Amino acid sequence: MASLSRIGSLTAAAILLASAAVAQGYPDRQVTMVVPFAAGGPTDTVARLVAEKMSADLGQQIIVENVGGAGGTLGAAQVAEAEADGYTILLHHIGMATSESLYRELPYNALEAFAPVGLVTEVPMTVVARADFEPADMASFVTYVKENADTITMANAGIGAASHLCGMLLMQALEAPIVTVPYRGTGPAMTELVGGQIDIMCDQTTNTTEQIQGGTIKAYAVTTPERLDLFPDLPTAAEAGLPGIEVSVWHGIYAPAGTPQEAVDRLSTSLQTVLADPELSTRLAELGTAPSPVEDGTPEALSAKLSAEIERWRPIIEEAGVYAD
Amino acid sequence: MDLFSNLALGFATAATPLNLGFCLIGVILGTLIGVLPGIGATATIAMLLPITFQLEPVSSLIMLAGIYYGAQYGGSTTAILINMPGESSSAVTAIDGYQMARRGKAGTALAVAALGSFFAGTVATLLVAIFAPPLTAVALQFGAAEYFSLMVLGLVCAVALAHGSFLKALAMVVLGLLLGLVGTDIYTGAPRFTLGLPELADGLSFVALAVGVFGIAEILRNLEGGQGDREVLGQKLGGLFPSREDLKAMVGPMLRGTALGSALGILPGGGAVLAAFGSYTIEKRLSKRPEEFGQGAIAGVAGPESANNAGAQTSFIPLLTLGIPANPVMALMVGAMIIQGIVPGPNVATEQPALFWGIIASMWIGNLMLIVLNLPLIGIWVKLLKVPYHVLFPIIIAFSSIGVYSVKGNAFDLFAVAGFGLLGYVFLKLRCEPAPLLLGFVLGPLLEENLRRAMILGRGDPMVFLTRPISAGLLVLTLAVVVIMLMPRVRRKREEVFVEGD
Repeated sequence: MASLSRIGSLTAAAILLASAAVAQGYPDRQVTMVVPFAAGGPTDTVARLVAEKMSADLGQQIIVENVGGAGGTLGAAQVAEAEADGYTILLHHIGMATSESLYRELPYNALEAFAPVGLVTEVPMTVVARADFEPADMASFVTYVKENADTITMANAGIGAASHLCGMLLMQALEAPIVTVPYRGTGPAMTELVGGQIDIMCDQTTNTTEQIQGGTIKAYAVTTPERLDLFPDLPTAAEAGLPGIEVSVWHGIYAPAGTPQEAVDRLSTSLQTVLADPELSTRLAELGTAPSPVEDGTPEALSAKLSAEIERWRPIIEEAGVYAD
Repeated sequence: MDLFSNLALGFATAATPLNLGFCLIGVILGTLIGVLPGIGATATIAMLLPITFQLEPVSSLIMLAGIYYGAQYGGSTTAILINMPGESSSAVTAIDGYQMARRGKAGTALAVAALGSFFAGTVATLLVAIFAPPLTAVALQFGAAEYFSLMVLGLVCAVALAHGSFLKALAMVVLGLLLGLVGTDIYTGAPRFTLGLPELADGLSFVALAVGVFGIAEILRNLEGGQGDREVLGQKLGGLFPSREDLKAMVGPMLRGTALGSALGILPGGGAVLAAFGSYTIEKRLSKRPEEFGQGAIAGVAGPESANNAGAQTSFIPLLTLGIPANPVMALMVGAMIIQGIVPGPNVATEQPALFWGIIASMWIGNLMLIVLNLPLIGIWVKLLKVPYHVLFPIIIAFSSIGVYSVKGNAFDLFAVAGFGLLGYVFLKLRCEPAPLLLGFVLGPLLEENLRRAMILGRGDPMVFLTRPISAGLLVLTLAVVVIMLMPRVRRKREEVFVEGD
């Protein structure tokens, strides 16, 4: 009998040890990072840069899996339903907050279905136009657009895209109903802007920087509270008398709700290490953006950002009456 | 002189042993994935992206480009051998190529496809080197109105010159257009015909549709016949290489296909598909024996193959000169460049001349490697036809399923393949051709999108299609095709021809 109980206690000890190992040993195998957009796009690029760096820190490979479709909601839904063990995580952008209003039927609740890990980067946006657009600077841009609102056309990369959100803010601030032309993604929209088929657009620096520097399009303003080091000559929208156009495409990492705290903390620590990595700054700077401050690479920071952004965009989207479903 | 020094720099970069090695790896990988049905260049490049982190930028891009055009070669192989086009552009090759294979001329068909592709690749590479900037300027002239008119021309041609019944071809194009409507309307965000399924929000998968209506349907058809059809295929493979007569028959189509493909490849979206269909249409119109088309005409393989390969090469032009991707594979190349710390844009050619010209030079080297690789391999591919069905079919289905799944990581697409397979079988029974359906499916969304965009930009005035010269020219050409089609003499002849052909 004694030996039996001995076996029992040994087994119990072994189980205890094993479960402790699960918590302490995270991650002990590869982690899948779902990107809810196509490979090669701007979000995918950010994810791959960060995943590569985090893999080195975690000692386990992070595999990027692209689950595109339905404005990022398919990929997000997949992670929301994934096993909450820390081995499936999501890298999503501002769409995580706006889809709460853009979609009337979402299979998940952004605030409840995920355990935030931290912010990754906030990509600034730029107000740009075709190279031969008449106004010389932002001040004359404002007057010109207001006066010619009925002949000007504005591109965006589709309903709910960052360029669409920024365009809505721009129109509200200018009090000018500009004809909006959606495209299937940023690539086609940029092609037509470069080709002069369309007048203006508001898009992320990841897409516009090279074109602005190459002189194929014209830039008027940035949408950040401060001027950017990248374009010291470009005023902020607020400086040009258009307050309220503060928009950046923020990216965050999430785990499914219920993921063990140890795993979330480990991921967050790793993210913070990566955010401080000068090489990541260099890479992101080439794209016209910068890593989030290290203190934003925390669950608290992302959680606060997410709820604030959901509330911020809800009235704007409802007023515009646009839905993606 | 500039061109020569640039090309010299390009070849110096591309011809280092290391880069030659990566080019070779790329084209071999590309050929392999092209041969495996369903697994496309897009999925492979996406999977290989992480590996390219470790390489030099030039080497990694040379390898990825190799995969892309290697897959174009390989994709034609499956289209010819098992009627399974891996890319939309090789759907056209399947029409006559597969018929050639069924008649024991698989080797000839493969050789014609390879030679046509090599010729087109060489010419298109030269074009990229010499004319990239001016060609970009032309492509930028294409706005919504021009695209719309081009799509109309493409669709009218598809109907005008499909085989068999005119009515059935029209019906298939229209069905294709309707299937293309499934998904979210990009202008309003309203879901259309999605049956409430989020998987359908981005529309039906092209790969699922192509694998289903072509490949799976063909497998079903073969199963019903027991081993009967098999003997036709396996009996006599014929000479592997084209006869002098065959070579003569392919020169014209090759030249015209290359010209058309180079021109349309520069345009984003449906460019390469339109080129392949357009080339087929032209060859059939010019042929002295149009009744051979659909029954294994060499021109029906040589023209479209040259066109799609030329298009594949020139689609690098907008990427290299503007940093704007013309198709999903090019979008991945952008991703690969960014990961390497090169942001593609108008400045790449001046800031990174070695990279820019190295890629261009490697394209020609890669095409040379492909032909050297592929011609001797033809014998091996043809032997594939001797593999018994009970071994071959499960393999084909397994690989296509993996391929289809890998595109989006979505099990729904597998059900779609099964559904389209059944539908394709019904089409076969009704003698309806799947090729016009596929063209309608690919071009339909572009047609609608550009029609509506042109109308928005024109503030609702339909005259925009006529006041813009390129658009007006394309519409006049369309009208000409319609008139020729409706002229009683031509029509009678056309019907005679096709009744015979059936």
